[in-house]
Amino acid sequence: MIGRRALIGLAAGLAMTTSFTAPAISQETFKVGLILPMTGPFASTGRQVEAGARAYMAAHGDTAAGKTVELIVRDDAGTADQTRRLAQELVVNEEVDALAGFGLTPLALAAGSIATQAKVPAVVMAAATSVITEESEYFVRTSGTLPQSAVPVATWAGENDIQSVVTLVSDYGPGIDAETWFTKEFTDNGGEILEAVRVPLQNPDFAPFLQRVRDAEPDAVFVFLPSGAGSLFMRQFANRGLGEAGIRLIATGDVTDDDILNEMGDPALGAITGHFYSAAHDSPENEAFVSAFKEANDGMRPNFMAIGGYDGMQALYAALEKTEGDTSGDALMEALKGLSWTSPRGPVSIDPETRDIVQNIYMREVKSVDGELYNVEFETYEAVKDPVKAQAAD
Amino acid sequence: MSETRTSSTAAADQLVSRTRWRAFEVALWLSAVAVIFLLPSKMLLFTEIAILALFAISLDLVLGYAGIVSLGHAAFFGLGAYSAGLFAKHVFGDPTLGLLVAGLASAAFGFLTSFLVLRGSDLTRLMTTLGIALMLGELANRLDSVTGGADGLTGVTMRPILGLFEFDLWGRNGYIYSLIVLFVLTMLARRIVHSPFGLSLRAIKSNPVRAAMVAVPSNKRLVTIYTVAAAYAGIAGALLTQTTGFVSLDVLAFHRSADVLLVLVLGGVGYLYGGIIGAIIFTLLRDVLSELTPQYWMFWIGLILVAIVLTGRDRLTRLGSWRPARQAGGTR
Repeated sequence: MIGRRALIGLAAGLAMTTSFTAPAISQETFKVGLILPMTGPFASTGRQVEAGARAYMAAHGDTAAGKTVELIVRDDAGTADQTRRLAQELVVNEEVDALAGFGLTPLALAAGSIATQAKVPAVVMAAATSVITEESEYFVRTSGTLPQSAVPVATWAGENDIQSVVTLVSDYGPGIDAETWFTKEFTDNGGEILEAVRVPLQNPDFAPFLQRVRDAEPDAVFVFLPSGAGSLFMRQFANRGLGEAGIRLIATGDVTDDDILNEMGDPALGAITGHFYSAAHDSPENEAFVSAFKEANDGMRPNFMAIGGYDGMQALYAALEKTEGDTSGDALMEALKGLSWTSPRGPVSIDPETRDIVQNIYMREVKSVDGELYNVEFETYEAVKDPVKAQAAD
Repeated sequence: MSETRTSSTAAADQLVSRTRWRAFEVALWLSAVAVIFLLPSKMLLFTEIAILALFAISLDLVLGYAGIVSLGHAAFFGLGAYSAGLFAKHVFGDPTLGLLVAGLASAAFGFLTSFLVLRGSDLTRLMTTLGIALMLGELANRLDSVTGGADGLTGVTMRPILGLFEFDLWGRNGYIYSLIVLFVLTMLARRIVHSPFGLSLRAIKSNPVRAAMVAVPSNKRLVTIYTVAAAYAGIAGALLTQTTGFVSLDVLAFHRSADVLLVLVLGGVGYLYGGIIGAIIFTLLRDVLSELTPQYWMFWIGLILVAIVLTGRDRLTRLGSWRPARQAGGTR
């Protein structure tokens, strides 16, 4: 540990000497290094986040506190050591004032020590495992955590006559997070978990698992799947006749991701999900965001990742205004803590203690609106914090 | 009588001249040192090249010299990466000791699996190596209490190299360290492939039956080279862990095995520098293209790779082969 501290000192010293050599540039531009999976299996995440970040800049101009904000986009293809190398290069060569993006948990974790060493704020715009913000003091999250969505779904289920549930999650970190926190909240409220099913992450065939769900005869099945796997699941859910058997579908919003919801078709109708963003959220801010976003991206609908990118830029702009143009990492971090604003998703703020986002979680039902499928919100749990850290603080 | 004498001395001369240093080798290593001073901002990229080159040399030892095709070479790379990470995290953070541990762990695993790989033909070998890598990958995913699972292994803190040189944020010491390891191991590999042992491997590769008839114990030789190559791959993986301070599941992913095969084919199979040259071309291409177009660089790299392999590969290797060895014939 001492070695690392000395290293940080050394790095900081060197950073100071290099910044003296190029003061003209760093004074006028505020560089944001956006590292995202733009190719490979998670390319859709990268596309949405980047489009979201660009939508904010298009709507609010590219200057904040008198500085020109510049985005430098890099592709890490979803590979952690690439994320780390790119973060390091952006800090050292491009002298970025902030890092952002991070499509998946391991990618964010790999870059954590760079943010700490270089004292550069790193805005997590997509990755959703609770633990990330604890990895570095310089992480701020503008997406959300899985337990944050899973717990309100469990609360709602308990309040709405659902007494027994089978959980069905993808078998990896976030899936297990979702299962754990849903189960905890649901059983605390007197519900019963009949069975916990875990599905392999890669190339899943849900049919045998859905049969197990059906045999257990629960009131509802709680589902978490990474965005993208949802359409196949919906089709098989309908084919197996689980809906007719009276089993309700409750899930986190990743399953009915706005980006692909429309292609799921009728089987998705009636699914109840809890999440922080729906493209159908009823507010003037969201209306403006959705129409501008669609226009700039060939009619692509923004999903919860796009809003993470949008709000990440919003947070950086606001922090820069607050420091009146001071771009040092520590000043920016201080400014980011406790920040609050009205996002297209509703009111949000950055928890000054955990640097995680505090936001409303909405219960939504998939309905057909003007011939298109949307997650229509019908109930709101206000200002939900990440339950993992909230519990740790108790 | 005198005729056979001259031909045998000529053959001996050829063998000796093969081991001689060539101009391009000297130039390559000198430029590798020169970039430390000329391109200080690109140290991380060069570190990546050095690691990939070492990994490719490891594959060249089994594929180029012993003719064992492998689609799962990342198994050893990943095992080395995790061994180095776990060793640094739980036992001792000294980098050189970590390399040794990772190399030994991978060598042991290579030795054990070599017996599976030796059974069967090329197609079986492809499947066996692929299967072993997939199994290790799933194991690392499953044992998340040890490996961190899908979240990756965090908290790997390295001590300074030899107690003197810190891994700095600029990656300079990390590069020098990786370069030295690459140099030492390349020299060792050079020694191995030019030794009688290495020649016997080539004999096995070109005609196993004939090799057996002149009393070359082919299985034993293959086990040995497979184990050595596994150690090389493990050390490459360990270098990655040590220079990044992080291990994630993708060190065991299929794309690593595929990439390294691509690198080797690109640079030329069966002469150690092919791995190094391939790694340089592949990594630089990817870096330049992905900066130009973060979304569509895969398309361009695919196109360029096909073009290089179809038309330019021969010329590329010929550039690197003012090697007099060609006319010896037969061995390749």
